[in-house]
Amino acid sequence: MIPDQSAIAVDRLSKIYKGNPAVDGISFALPRGSITGLLGGNGAGKTTTIAMIMGLVMPSAGSVRVLGTDMARERHRVLHRMNFESPYVDMPMRLTVAQNLRVFGMLYGVAGLEERIRDLAGQLGLTEFLDRPTGKLSAGQKTRVSLAKSLINDPEVLLLDEPTASLDPDTADWVRGHLDTYRRRRGATILLASHNMTEVERLCERVIMMKCGRVVDDDTPARLLDRYGRQTMEDVFLDIARGRGEAREAAQ
Amino acid sequence: MTTQPIPYAAFSLRRIGAMVLRYWYLMRSSWPRLLELIYWPMVQMLMWGFLQSYVDQNASYFARAGGTLIGAVLLWDILFRGQLGFSVSFLEEMWARNMGNLMMSPLRPLEFVLALMTMSMVRLAIGMVPVTLVALWFFNFNLYALGFGLAAFFLNLILTSWAVGIVVSGLILRNGMGAEGLAWTIMFLLLPLTCVYYPVAILPGWLQTVAWLLPPTYVFEGMRAILIERSLRIDLMLMALALNAAYFIAAVIVFLRLLDSARRHGSLIQTGE
Repeated sequence: MIPDQSAIAVDRLSKIYKGNPAVDGISFALPRGSITGLLGGNGAGKTTTIAMIMGLVMPSAGSVRVLGTDMARERHRVLHRMNFESPYVDMPMRLTVAQNLRVFGMLYGVAGLEERIRDLAGQLGLTEFLDRPTGKLSAGQKTRVSLAKSLINDPEVLLLDEPTASLDPDTADWVRGHLDTYRRRRGATILLASHNMTEVERLCERVIMMKCGRVVDDDTPARLLDRYGRQTMEDVFLDIARGRGEAREAAQ
Repeated sequence: MTTQPIPYAAFSLRRIGAMVLRYWYLMRSSWPRLLELIYWPMVQMLMWGFLQSYVDQNASYFARAGGTLIGAVLLWDILFRGQLGFSVSFLEEMWARNMGNLMMSPLRPLEFVLALMTMSMVRLAIGMVPVTLVALWFFNFNLYALGFGLAAFFLNLILTSWAVGIVVSGLILRNGMGAEGLAWTIMFLLLPLTCVYYPVAILPGWLQTVAWLLPPTYVFEGMRAILIERSLRIDLMLMALALNAAYFIAAVIVFLRLLDSARRHGSLIQTGE
């Protein structure tokens, strides 16, 4: 049984599409204020897991609770306290940055919205772009706008799906730094799905490794490196993806 | 700075206002979108208006029934454009790949529907008011002279258009953009069945039964009654309103079921074809 005081509690969660399990009975609990990486290759079940945590996809079995609320039944009670960012979702391109942030701020019920927009724009280096159509920004600038949208309501729970995909190393590093600062200041819980091992090593205090819809390992980056006898998380990832971890365990 | 905790609101006019503002920003930023609202209703009205003028001069029945073609075109456009206004606003979210952001936000499904209904009215006003004024100027046809009848016609037509728009939006959410074509074509199924340009009596008996199950049929019959017999058929309007109330409630239930089905099948994160 997973404790209810967790920020996110996933209990025996499964999703089956036409007889094929995309997620297969996974369980984990994330304490409030923690930052956790969800790692796995393509088709491992990361995006489906995040979609079920957000309540966009109904589980076939099991449950998800966010801030104590059952996401399958009562997600609307908690959505204003969480937010997300994903490269697979866009902001409306014809709207200016300020218009987009205003619309989402209103949707999230943010008080003092214009001041909040100015603050966020200042923090994320968007002040000079506020009146520019979002579609006319560079990829890095668009990512910062999406990040501003995901922080507009000062969320207690932040779900990030590949937050630095398609960004140059400098912008990606800047985004990671901002996320880390935000979590420390707000005490927010962050779950981060990523392929980027540098990102995971730098940001995450815990890593959940997924393969074929299952959790195959779950520990701190340091312990995972130690357990697999590797120098980098990328090597650990490759061991797990190619089944070498299981072979090593069997040999031992 | 940490912002104040945001209280939970089961229903929020501010969230509806946010969506209306989003569509208003979009329309304001794009003159082709505004032009499209007026262009086709204007072309239709002019074409049918000239045809009406021609037959007025050559047939005694149409001379008595002055304005029925233009009236039918204008009322048909309220029905068609009302649904299109609803569906296009919905489709803007799919085209913009913004549905995930909305579905993950505190916006409730019924608030989304109310915002789309509001935008349908706004788009209809932008498109139809200039066209009705041109009809008055060109063909001396004053739609507003229908008075209370026009209000009853409008209410019934817009309710039908929203019911159809709601179901189509649910089908697109559930089945992806492969169902987009329905948004543009589904209303044309009603064109022959609701007897826009001819009396219900023209249809074969069994098809008349089908026609009387459709609220717009009562509106178009009511319009002909006003223009030809100079009588306002309240009975027809009340019957249409009763049918519309039933269809509207059914449409909302179908939409919510399709949304649930989309969540079960994972369609909300696969909004492509």
